[in-house]
Amino acid sequence: MFDTLIQQAFNALQQGSIYALIALGYCLVYGVLLLINFAHGDIFMVGAYIAFFVASTALGKYGLLPPGMPKWVILAATVPLTMLLTSGVGVFIERVAYRPLRLKGANRLYVVITALMMGIILEYGNLSILGANRLSFPTLTPRMIFEPFGARITITELSTIITSFAVFALLQWIVTKTKLGMAMRAVSYDKFAVPLMGIPLDAVIVFTFFLGSSMAGLAGLLYAMNFPVLDPFMGAMVGWKAFVAAVVGGIGDIRGAFVGGFLMAFLEVAVVAASDYIPFIKPEMRDLVSFSVLLVILTFKPTGIFGKPKTTKI
Amino acid sequence: MKKLFVALLIAAFAFPAAAFGADTIKIGFNIPLTGDIPKVGEMSKNAAEMLKEKVNGAGGLDVGGKKYKLEFVYVDNEAKPESAVNAALKLIEGEKVLAMVGPQGSARAIPAAEIANNNKTVMVSGWSTNPKTTQGRPFVFRACFLDDFQGPVAAKFASGELKAKTAGVLYDVASDYPKGLAEEFKKAFEGINGPGSVKAFETFTTKDVDFKAQLTKIIKAKPDVLFTPQYYNEVPLIVKQARDLGYKGPILGSDSWGSAELMTLCGDDCKGQYFVTHYAAAGAKGATKEFIDAFNAKFKQVPDDVGALTWDATGMVLAAIQKMGAVSGDLAKDRVALREAMSTMRGFDGITGKMSYDGKTGDPVKCAVIVKINEKGEFAFHESVCP
Repeated sequence: MFDTLIQQAFNALQQGSIYALIALGYCLVYGVLLLINFAHGDIFMVGAYIAFFVASTALGKYGLLPPGMPKWVILAATVPLTMLLTSGVGVFIERVAYRPLRLKGANRLYVVITALMMGIILEYGNLSILGANRLSFPTLTPRMIFEPFGARITITELSTIITSFAVFALLQWIVTKTKLGMAMRAVSYDKFAVPLMGIPLDAVIVFTFFLGSSMAGLAGLLYAMNFPVLDPFMGAMVGWKAFVAAVVGGIGDIRGAFVGGFLMAFLEVAVVAASDYIPFIKPEMRDLVSFSVLLVILTFKPTGIFGKPKTTKI
Repeated sequence: MKKLFVALLIAAFAFPAAAFGADTIKIGFNIPLTGDIPKVGEMSKNAAEMLKEKVNGAGGLDVGGKKYKLEFVYVDNEAKPESAVNAALKLIEGEKVLAMVGPQGSARAIPAAEIANNNKTVMVSGWSTNPKTTQGRPFVFRACFLDDFQGPVAAKFASGELKAKTAGVLYDVASDYPKGLAEEFKKAFEGINGPGSVKAFETFTTKDVDFKAQLTKIIKAKPDVLFTPQYYNEVPLIVKQARDLGYKGPILGSDSWGSAELMTLCGDDCKGQYFVTHYAAAGAKGATKEFIDAFNAKFKQVPDDVGALTWDATGMVLAAIQKMGAVSGDLAKDRVALREAMSTMRGFDGITGKMSYDGKTGDPVKCAVIVKINEKGEFAFHESVCP
């Protein structure tokens, strides 16, 4: 009984780490631009594909690294490359899709619609370029399994959880302690007064997208290592859940996105685990129940758990 | 001058159309070229193209002493039920095909079969094993066995050869095929090993990739065998997660495992596992081997069961057309005549076994094969189970 509980907690932690990493990206962009970047889930998908090509093709076949390298070297090189390339995609989208609208002073609604379209372009662009066949992500970590308290956790899962906590800490530090973070908060506070103070608005926004997308890339890589079957629509549902997690946590608040991601995952796992004890609950109701609980949370606190009503976001 | 030009134009368009219109037989394919299981569509199309080339290369299909060229139309159903219905309508009403092959999986085949039957058009599904597909639909046929046969075969194999006294089941409750099969398996397994011997009967929904919460519960119940009638894109994740969580027993699958892509996605984890299916490529003999060799030479891959069943389903349609004796050109009449010819088909010698229809249902009587995934990752023949 106890070991099952621990096991389910690990399952939820690992899934929550992925949600949290993606939710952080939603939260950053929203915090700075008050824009819900609905393409973010698909940037995550692109991140997983980039990780695949970096790990299997660029480093292996076309020899950025000499052949016969140990797997941890490949992994160590894949992480920064994936993050860099994925953030390139995020910044590119900002440049071609969002910035022209922003410069024209378009209503935020149109930017959100553009974001939805960008997501679809990424999904179907991938489908038409790579075809519909699934890709199998190469194994980069040894199959090491730890058994704390009778539960089992693989090294991949453990590193996923640790990474998400590390990224959260890093992000918190960037936003609260660095100059760039201060600039981000300033933009969030008043986008129109900030350029008058000599802060380069565009640079701050590009940096935000860079940061958010690189985390989506990292999440994509971790996700692909845990669930090594890639398909063009993998970002849709995960992206949705992460978005909801960010909103429930209080969108714009970094702690909120992080907590929201884990809350989401724990609710999902709890529904499956509870189905043995509560007769009318079935595992397939996990999205129904978890989304309902989140709805209830939002009913009582519409700004989310950490959200403050209309003050400085981020 | 102008008149001559117009006349030439008319001739240019009308002549080939007339020439084709009279002497071609059009067959539609309702298959998933994109979506969750694109390999199924690709393999179906490859097998069909191969058959078309073979027949057209020999001058066409001989129906009552007249040669007809074959024309195949492929429509993508994206592996979605609603798209399969649209694809069926497009083929039957738009393309005016004589018969439709596919959709392959039951979730798509069941709604599409309704359309085919209402429009009085013969439909032959290669791969749909759910009983509902053909029930009460005289125009709908299939080239494979049924879940109420496959489920018990799996249960018998698990309790007999794998010596399992208890079982766990993990399946997608949102899809007709795994749901039906999981229930058939449970019924049969509990029939053999007593009520409650299926200790865990866990569900998830389509598109899920994290099965760890369910698997934790299954493994906690300590089953002797894990039965998972899922598709080849989910099987690798299920198998890997089950192993990571410490499950050491055998994992048993169904015919949806039998895709050429299973091993590229699953790798070593799937070796040594068994599944129930329609034919085994490794160790095949006779006409089956000829088909496999020709397919392999043409497309550089071993055909999976979907490819083989599409070949048989299409072959059966062609044989039925020949049995009709003559094509009248009146589509509605020909479609009804084709149904008659199909329903009285006896002893069609397909590469997945001999097939006969009893005239009442569109379900053939044929044997199932148990395949073991061997150390080389090939699908090797283990044993054959006949009804």
